[in-house]
Amino acid sequence: MSPTDPSTDGPPTGGPSTDDGLVQLLTPQGERVSHPDYDARVAHLTAEDLRGMYRDMVLVRRFDTESTSLQRQGELALFAQALGQEAAQIGSGRALAAQDHVFPSYREHGVAHTRGVDLAEVLRLFRGIDHGGWDPVANGFHLYTLVIGSHALHATGYAMGVQRDGRVGTGDPQRDTAVAVYFGDGATSQGDVSEALVFAAVNNAPLVFFCQNNQWAISEPTTRQTRVPLSHRGTGFGIPSVRVDGNDVLASYAVMSEALERARSGGGPTFVEAFTYRMGAHTTSDDPTRYRSSAEEEHWRQRDPIDRLAAHLRASGELSPELEAQVAADADALGERIRAEVRAMGRPESASMFEHVYATAHPTVDAERAWFEAYESSFLDSAAEGSHR
Amino acid sequence: MSTTLDAVHVPTAASPAPSRVGQKITFAKAINLGLRRALEQDPKVLLMGEDIGRLGGVFRVTDGLQKDFGEDRVVDTPLAESGIVGTAIGLAMRGYRPVCEIQFDGFIFPAFDQITTQLAKMHYRSNGRLTLPVVIRVPFGGGIGAVEHHSESPEALFAHTAGLRVVSPSTPGEAYTMIQAAIASPDPVLFFEPKGRYWEKADVDLDGEPSLGLNKARVARAGTDVTIVAYGPTVLTALKAAEAAAAEGTSVEVVDLRAISPIDVDTVAGSVRKTGRCVVVHEAPVAYGAGAEVAARVTEECFFHLQAPVLRVGGFHAPYPVAKIEHDYLPSLDRVLDAVDRSLAY
Repeated sequence: MSPTDPSTDGPPTGGPSTDDGLVQLLTPQGERVSHPDYDARVAHLTAEDLRGMYRDMVLVRRFDTESTSLQRQGELALFAQALGQEAAQIGSGRALAAQDHVFPSYREHGVAHTRGVDLAEVLRLFRGIDHGGWDPVANGFHLYTLVIGSHALHATGYAMGVQRDGRVGTGDPQRDTAVAVYFGDGATSQGDVSEALVFAAVNNAPLVFFCQNNQWAISEPTTRQTRVPLSHRGTGFGIPSVRVDGNDVLASYAVMSEALERARSGGGPTFVEAFTYRMGAHTTSDDPTRYRSSAEEEHWRQRDPIDRLAAHLRASGELSPELEAQVAADADALGERIRAEVRAMGRPESASMFEHVYATAHPTVDAERAWFEAYESSFLDSAAEGSHR
Repeated sequence: MSTTLDAVHVPTAASPAPSRVGQKITFAKAINLGLRRALEQDPKVLLMGEDIGRLGGVFRVTDGLQKDFGEDRVVDTPLAESGIVGTAIGLAMRGYRPVCEIQFDGFIFPAFDQITTQLAKMHYRSNGRLTLPVVIRVPFGGGIGAVEHHSESPEALFAHTAGLRVVSPSTPGEAYTMIQAAIASPDPVLFFEPKGRYWEKADVDLDGEPSLGLNKARVARAGTDVTIVAYGPTVLTALKAAEAAAAEGTSVEVVDLRAISPIDVDTVAGSVRKTGRCVVVHEAPVAYGAGAEVAARVTEECFFHLQAPVLRVGGFHAPYPVAKIEHDYLPSLDRVLDAVDRSLAY
């Protein structure tokens, strides 16, 4: 084990776990600090914008806890929390333009929220009634990808299509388009991510590689994926790379804005390492007490992304107790709605497994479906009892 | 994956524009002209692969296309097969119709995950919202004296995966129309090109339109005593076997499957109900191969018509052998005739 193994107690030091060189605009205490390269990126944000970010983060966290409860109650087969990564996701997601296109991994509930995806729809996948759940085209937000890193290539190809469509470097902010791919520290070890970095680099694709380094790939610390900070991956491919404090929503917004602007203007890809922490388990099937210390978790709890922004807003008098109460009430309402909608989600028809296997008729599928339906209907009492099972 | 050994030197004269009727052209040129036609007719069609641009591909199948359609539409990619297919998926999501070339059959496996996990399933998992009209061209099969990994027949692995269409043309004329049908298909298509036939010439109607589509088999030769089912490179072997058998008084019907997914069971079963005997021939290993599927379907559909068990002739359950003995691995004319004799003697 490396001496920089983050599973040891205390703050990260050295190697991939160093927090050196992170772009930061809000300290963990919520103090606004100046950064010569990024202050201008957030100068236009109003107090109302910041309150919006706060509200988004609170809502997404409530979605997270509600979904975890629903899994414990047997309503969901599985759930993957975004807990702790709200700032990286809401900050970067809010920097996206409507015409941009996002390729998420499977924990990007915050980004989904910023893209207008109804969070209840996200749970169709986790309830086991749909492999997708939302319209990826209408939302500019592709379906979740469960095989780690595969979608980095899809994002790269999509960005190559954007180039061929003449949607890069026109100077028209309504027209120029960027693509963003979200993945984690574990994914950086996948060959597909390296191939995506190659293809994006040599094609100068309008793409942002947004790597949320949440320190853990299930039980494996980042030191099992790399011996240097992950942002070096981009640099090695000749791609401009930046490390950002991913628990700082302002810095995440600023860094993502810069990267998206580079992409849209024809400047090519950017690699962003958002240094954050998966405060929850990998999924509801995971038990992090087997591989990490409570001291480490406490270290990161002191850096909670929502507390940080709330402290900043309170200190500047922009977050009244009334507004905090209102946001909390909105979160409760969201939780109630999610709970009701998930419980109302029915089971798909069995024969639906044959739908959309192909876009055009395929005799093998047609024959098997016909057989299956005849088999099902051969159970005479099925209509009376609803099912023979 | 490319090595210097891949540089297959194919003499190509600077190709004059062919006249539109009844040109005698090679299998490779037929695909080239089919690709050209697709590029001309649909600005969303683009070609991607290793060495396909300036070089024209190691088999020259894409010869001259980058010069005429530009580097954005005939793309020399980095040497990464997963990257080729993965980016093709993204391009297809953006509305393009990518045609990928995998340089050799044995190089397709780095892309196997993208093909079977992503390409095959995207339409399904998006509830039909996304279609991925991606064609993956694969020069396949042996008999050209190549080194390891350059002579394989992996088509069954893809036919086993729902969501993919798997086809293989057997003649220049079929190659010309089938590549266009594959590009027009909204479904992903694995297009297996019999590389050992690339230099064979035949008359091709360049104004011909795809007629049989991608679901249908065709009877390549009519007969009454035994049905030989083949596809791609072995159709010619089957036809030669039928010729030889005819000299000895046996009438062989040859069915060219054209598609391995889906298999046109109606056409195959229709033939076997007539002949009562069936021999399946492919270069791929017999064990777990497409022939096993044909045998099972024929047994289900024609049980009371069968005069003999369905026999299979093909590669063995061994890695593709070295070039000096590859012709003992491949289904030769003699081995096909042996199977016909065994079927008749049963």
